[in-house]
Amino acid sequence: MSKIHVTTTINGDPVEYLCDAEDTLLDVLRDHLGLTGSKEGCGTGDCGACSVTVDGRLVCACLMLGAEAAGHEIGTIEGMAKGDQLHPLQQKFIEHAALQCGICTPGILVAAKSLLDHNPDPSEEETRYWLAGNLCRCTGYDKIIRAVLDAAKDMREAS
Amino acid sequence: MALDSKTDTKPQTFKVIGTRPLRPDGIDKVTGRARFGADMSAPGMLVGLVLRSPHAHARIRSIDTSAAEALTGVHAVVTRADFGPLRDEGTADVLDNCMAGDKALYDGHAVAAVAATSGKVARQALKLIKVDYQPLPHVTDVDAAMAPDAPALHEGRADETVPAGMSGNVMARHEFGHGDIDAGLSQADRVLERTYRTEATHQGYIEPHACLATMNSDGQADLWCCTQGHYMVRNTCAAILGLEQGQLRVTASEIGGGFGGKTTVFLEPVALKLSQKSGRPVKMVMSRAEVLRATGPTASSSIDVRIGMTRDGRITAGFAELRYQGGAYPGSPVDMGSMSAFAPYDLENVRTVGFDVVTNRPKQAAYRAPGAPMAAFAVESAIDELARGFGLDPLEVRLKNAAREGTRASYGPTYPAIGLEATLRTAKDHPHWSAPLGPNQGRGVACGFWFNFGGDTCVSLNITPDGTVTLSEGNPDIGGSRASMSMMAAEELGIPYDRVRTVIADTGSLGQNEVTDGSRVTFAVGLATIEAARAAKREMCKRAAQVWGIDEDAVIWEDGAARPAGPNAGQHPPMSLAEIAAIASNTGGPIAGHFEVNAEGAGVSFATHMVDTEVDPDTGAVKILRYTVFQDAGKAVHPSYVEGQFQGGAVQGIGWALNEAYIYGEDGILQNPGFLDYRIPVASDLPMIDTVILEIPNPGHPYGVRGVGETSIVPPLAAVANSVSDAAGVRMTSLPMSPPKLLAAIQSGTS
Repeated sequence: MSKIHVTTTINGDPVEYLCDAEDTLLDVLRDHLGLTGSKEGCGTGDCGACSVTVDGRLVCACLMLGAEAAGHEIGTIEGMAKGDQLHPLQQKFIEHAALQCGICTPGILVAAKSLLDHNPDPSEEETRYWLAGNLCRCTGYDKIIRAVLDAAKDMREAS
Repeated sequence: MALDSKTDTKPQTFKVIGTRPLRPDGIDKVTGRARFGADMSAPGMLVGLVLRSPHAHARIRSIDTSAAEALTGVHAVVTRADFGPLRDEGTADVLDNCMAGDKALYDGHAVAAVAATSGKVARQALKLIKVDYQPLPHVTDVDAAMAPDAPALHEGRADETVPAGMSGNVMARHEFGHGDIDAGLSQADRVLERTYRTEATHQGYIEPHACLATMNSDGQADLWCCTQGHYMVRNTCAAILGLEQGQLRVTASEIGGGFGGKTTVFLEPVALKLSQKSGRPVKMVMSRAEVLRATGPTASSSIDVRIGMTRDGRITAGFAELRYQGGAYPGSPVDMGSMSAFAPYDLENVRTVGFDVVTNRPKQAAYRAPGAPMAAFAVESAIDELARGFGLDPLEVRLKNAAREGTRASYGPTYPAIGLEATLRTAKDHPHWSAPLGPNQGRGVACGFWFNFGGDTCVSLNITPDGTVTLSEGNPDIGGSRASMSMMAAEELGIPYDRVRTVIADTGSLGQNEVTDGSRVTFAVGLATIEAARAAKREMCKRAAQVWGIDEDAVIWEDGAARPAGPNAGQHPPMSLAEIAAIASNTGGPIAGHFEVNAEGAGVSFATHMVDTEVDPDTGAVKILRYTVFQDAGKAVHPSYVEGQFQGGAVQGIGWALNEAYIYGEDGILQNPGFLDYRIPVASDLPMIDTVILEIPNPGHPYGVRGVGETSIVPPLAAVANSVSDAAGVRMTSLPMSPPKLLAAIQSGTS
């Protein structure tokens, strides 16, 4: 079967690629486009390590086909910092030691940014439930939750 | 070896140690730039995939790979027949686990592998491989495997320690202890006998195993992989493939979690063999199902405990028989479980007997304090039940029996200065201990012990011409160790933290380094870093002495500079590290320090955990309300990452206690090989995990450091079980305490 030609937007840049019908968006990002910041921890939508946004909505890239990205705006971890300016969440994750091995970190940051885009002042409980789809095996989540709440506070004060 | 400089336990003042600088690899890891195992590629790379056994136990009569080899796009197919005879029989089980020989020993056991131009072609090729299996009877439960008529995995492999007449699946028997158990029990006011069970759990690292191998026809090879020890990968792969160790260069990727599970090889020898056969680089990445079916979970256990206690809380004797199944090959951590079971206590009469049992399950791999959490679950549950039965404070009972400096440990040695008592006293004085509890809520405590380890370590510290420092070490940074190594180098040299950059060197750049295990890195690599910095300082003092024309003994290093000292030194302005570095070429050439050691003196570590739970009596669901960890770190180099180790270990233990379990069907097939059904704790399951760092200096490290990574998973199984038992009013002796199991126990009034 011939490949599918897809035109889409990733982190604001126009992108074209050819993919097989069964390629997931995650396969395309990692194997075709070299955007390896999104991680494959399970391939079944259970770990959140491949979290991306599609038109602003939080999605597991392993559960969406590459062909389905046509005409949409995809956001990945690679687009989170603006030039050499880290997003406040990225900065707070480093300051709070909210990562140990760092494999879940890109997905959690994308998910946390999506939370703050929807709700700039989440409670601890809201944050915990929003991030319940993102597995971290190292930290016990404590420092992750603190980093997200601290970033939210700073972003509210700055706006 | 003994280092004279390590014996000073006087309180030290530090400038960098104990602060919380930003980790140097932070930006790479929050921007997605950090390259993990699966993030590397090579020109002309093929994709490798593994065919795995669908049977729990089967003889492999034949494998026909001809159709797969004929498929367009397939460049190599390998089976066990492609691996020649081994030079070193010590790796026979490792090879057999990577690629089955005449038998498949568990569901998921690798039987063949292909390398093809794409994953799609490789998947098609796997379907074309015809394996003729003869299914055999199987056994997955530890007690069933010990029955005399159980199907045997390996005939005639039992160790000479195993008594005659036991099942052929019992591979070894271990015994530790001292005193007279019967005499001790006769002095007790009550003797409690209980059997405890725990299920196998997986380390659950989020990054599946991955590697990229290139092997040339001249015997040179390069390997990129996620591992806890690339020197181990080099040595093991070289042994399996008949390579010279020096010809195989292994580079460790960033590692997405390990917890002990990445201390062996699975894909790496197969990828090298596929590369050799195809003449192309081969990349292999496991799926999550492959990780769960075919990489090391921990052992499951069945443990009988007999403990005698007097009315006032003195333990008169402690006995345990521990039975661990460690999967399809010998080597369950029952020896360490048996050594650690009673390690927190000062007992006159103590004995443990452990049996290492094989079953038709994936070979267990180390999991954070391997063997100890299950043993602690059994012993700490029994002590808790006895204490509560006498109406005694469970912390007081533990204090009364606590091991101290001078105590003869249950496993043999006599303890130097240790921190158990400090953790217990701090716990007792903490507001958590006296906080009120509501209905259906309970509180539990438990103690835990881990040996800690040092091992072979080699580091190199180089001073650059502009006076910055690069440190090369050989252990992957699994949770902030670049930061702690840079801190120790900066502390010792008297320069700012950000003047040091630590890199993880490949196997071509340093001598042998033990895998990242035994909580060894901050201790052993830290010790070597400090000694390498001291060597560089001696050299810099020598260079300054040369410039000043004085004896090198008349120069000391203080606050980042060489200074004249003593009666005959004369007056010279100090020379900073940067000044000495700038003229190094004129004073003898580049300046470096290095250090090589088989580090001893790791210093044992203790913790006490306290947890409040609430049990829903209608569903059996458990909620963790509050959790506090009290642990001795010796000296916390970077307190944030020490807290992180405490928190992460506690939460893995909570998962083990409440949810996680390998579930096998009657057919011997793993029923839950995915993160949906093998459920690790998620953010909404948990409260904040509070931590209290205690610092009882380890005399074996220049700054007093003890390893902290593993002890934190030892107490939580028992602490949570003691808390749930308190909340539910029924003693839980089997993990996980999943809602159906707890509900049934509540309804029947007993577990």
